[in-house]
Amino acid sequence: MNRIKNLFDNKNKNVLNVYCTAGFPKLNSTLVVMKALQNNGADLIELGMPYSDPLADGEVIQQSGSIALKNGMTIKVLFEQLKNFRKEISVPVVLMGYLNPVLQYGFEKFCEDAASLGIDGLILPDMPQISFENEYGAIMKKYGLDFIFLVTPETSEERVKNLDELSSGFLYAVSSSSTTGKDKSFEDVEKYLQRLQSYSLKNPVLTGFGVKDKTTFESVCKYSNGAIIGSAYIKALENANDIATATQTFLASVIG
Amino acid sequence: MQKIEIDQNGYYGNFGGAYIPEMLYPNVEELKSKYLEIMYEDSFQKEFQYLLRDYVGRPSPLYFAERLSTQIGAKIYLKREDLNHTGAHKINNAIGQVLLAQRLGKTRIIAETGAGQHGVATATVCALKGLQCIVYMGAVDIERQAPNVARMKMLGAKVIPAKSGSQTLKDATNEAIRDWINNPTDTHYVIGSVVGPHPYPDMVARFQSIISEEIRKQLKEKTGSELPDYLVACVGGGSNAAGTFYHYLNEEDVKLVAVEAAGKGIHSGMSAATTQLGTLGVLHGSKSIVMQTEDGQVVEPHSISAGLDYPGIGPLHAHLFESKRGIFLSATDDEALKEAFNLTRLEGIIPALESSHALAGLRKLDFKKEDVVVVCLSGRGDKDMDTYMKSLNGDLG
Ligand SMILES: Cc1ncc(COP(=O)(O)O)c(C=O)c1O
Repeated sequence: MNRIKNLFDNKNKNVLNVYCTAGFPKLNSTLVVMKALQNNGADLIELGMPYSDPLADGEVIQQSGSIALKNGMTIKVLFEQLKNFRKEISVPVVLMGYLNPVLQYGFEKFCEDAASLGIDGLILPDMPQISFENEYGAIMKKYGLDFIFLVTPETSEERVKNLDELSSGFLYAVSSSSTTGKDKSFEDVEKYLQRLQSYSLKNPVLTGFGVKDKTTFESVCKYSNGAIIGSAYIKALENANDIATATQTFLASVIG
Repeated sequence: MQKIEIDQNGYYGNFGGAYIPEMLYPNVEELKSKYLEIMYEDSFQKEFQYLLRDYVGRPSPLYFAERLSTQIGAKIYLKREDLNHTGAHKINNAIGQVLLAQRLGKTRIIAETGAGQHGVATATVCALKGLQCIVYMGAVDIERQAPNVARMKMLGAKVIPAKSGSQTLKDATNEAIRDWINNPTDTHYVIGSVVGPHPYPDMVARFQSIISEEIRKQLKEKTGSELPDYLVACVGGGSNAAGTFYHYLNEEDVKLVAVEAAGKGIHSGMSAATTQLGTLGVLHGSKSIVMQTEDGQVVEPHSISAGLDYPGIGPLHAHLFESKRGIFLSATDDEALKEAFNLTRLEGIIPALESSHALAGLRKLDFKKEDVVVVCLSGRGDKDMDTYMKSLNGDLG
């Protein structure tokens, strides 16, 4: 069973993927957050594994990661927390993180353990294409994990097509060249997404970076299959007294 | 002996490559496809060599340190990078990269800095060329290298404090990389050492290779042979060492000695001796040896010297370490301080704290009297006077 494929087979418009940081705001809130996301309309969850040096992330996600690390989050702790998560969570879950902690865990062991827990795919933004092709791609395939590459407005047509070919599950369109959580002009984003549409890619496209509310969600959904929200949701959690309520309020403001 | 060289994917043996998010890909790819062509163009070389000579003051002298030689029991030559304009070897690379950035049509220059020497060097060349310059510097380093912060400001650069993590060089590098991601078209990132994604380690090593090119000529004049028995340099990221070793990498008879910062002692939990404490990992875009936890989180290092306070090491050096082509030593904060005073009182040369680590390495090698040893004196100590005075007064915490 491939949960990501099933999702897109049943829904190919307005798909909402929400990013959360494992171990944030509290070490043990990982599953509480995931359940709240599922209950309030997230179609897919991108679960961030905190890292000391997250190069692609802006301040909000960096901060959530530092807090999670201080809380004691590690890949081992996360996998312990996820032991029975599939009893409660049915939406697809992809793990997002940086290569170094995964290499330390052992790349193959990581894939084996993640897959056996019920994880569906991986996003590792600093994975080089050549390493994917020569080494890591085959390992992920062996364990049935999708791998999602990022593309940006600066990525050439040829390279977008290449990365789409190598990806499975979906393709991650970064709305503009930036770190996470920056504001941007969505007119340009729409033009960019139309360009991507014209390439007739094999994978569905989800658009992220800067999507933060109903307006930006609807804007990117016009020309891609859905959106990824990260910083805006993390901000909502930062100020939350109650995770379930904060998540409900936040998601209602985006898709309600 | 296996030849030491970089392959087409930017690896020295198992180390190197380009582990970068897609947002950086177009910039890094552009550099990769053009750096060699641009840097060996006649017009580039002409301007680069001219500036190295008339602006920096190269060749830097190779000075026979007679009294130090007597004390150590070998023939010690100091490669005087401290006499360069702006006070360290960093200017060699800064000029090279800024000239390259201009030829790529970039108008905005960013840099990270630890000791502030690379930041000053970059700000200097930007002033010379009329380019906008932004320097990221750890908040802790801003405090301990105040004279260099003032110099950068006077030169017209904007100094932005990096406030995440340990607030030192690693974090300044993170911030510079994030800036580059957010400014993908007009900006060139001048990395200050032989670290970062390919082609940076190779490009920076080539710009710094002027050091060993000169050593070969100068030694020949002074000793009749281009080949010393030992080359000794300190290693933060490894650019002065890479420049010192470059034209000797494949001369088997020349021993290459790299000295890392042991901080308060290798196993004190406050150290920056990467090869002693690190494991295979990915940091700032390349695979190398990295100080990290079992969970793959990068560790916050410690050294009294801001320029060596870095939890990684360039991929060339990781390869020299693994292949045993290089001899890797370390020196503590105290040992470095002692050498700074020793050199000052014996030779009248106040070295940078970084370079003092290289000098401390001399105590750990078993020399024969006739051995010819070249130490890269990578920089001068002006920026460290505050630390030196505190040490003199017994005020160091
Ligand atoms: C004088 C001096 N030497 C050495 C270094 C260390 O850098 P690297 O290892 O790249 O030569 C620095 C860095 O700031 C420096 O200022």
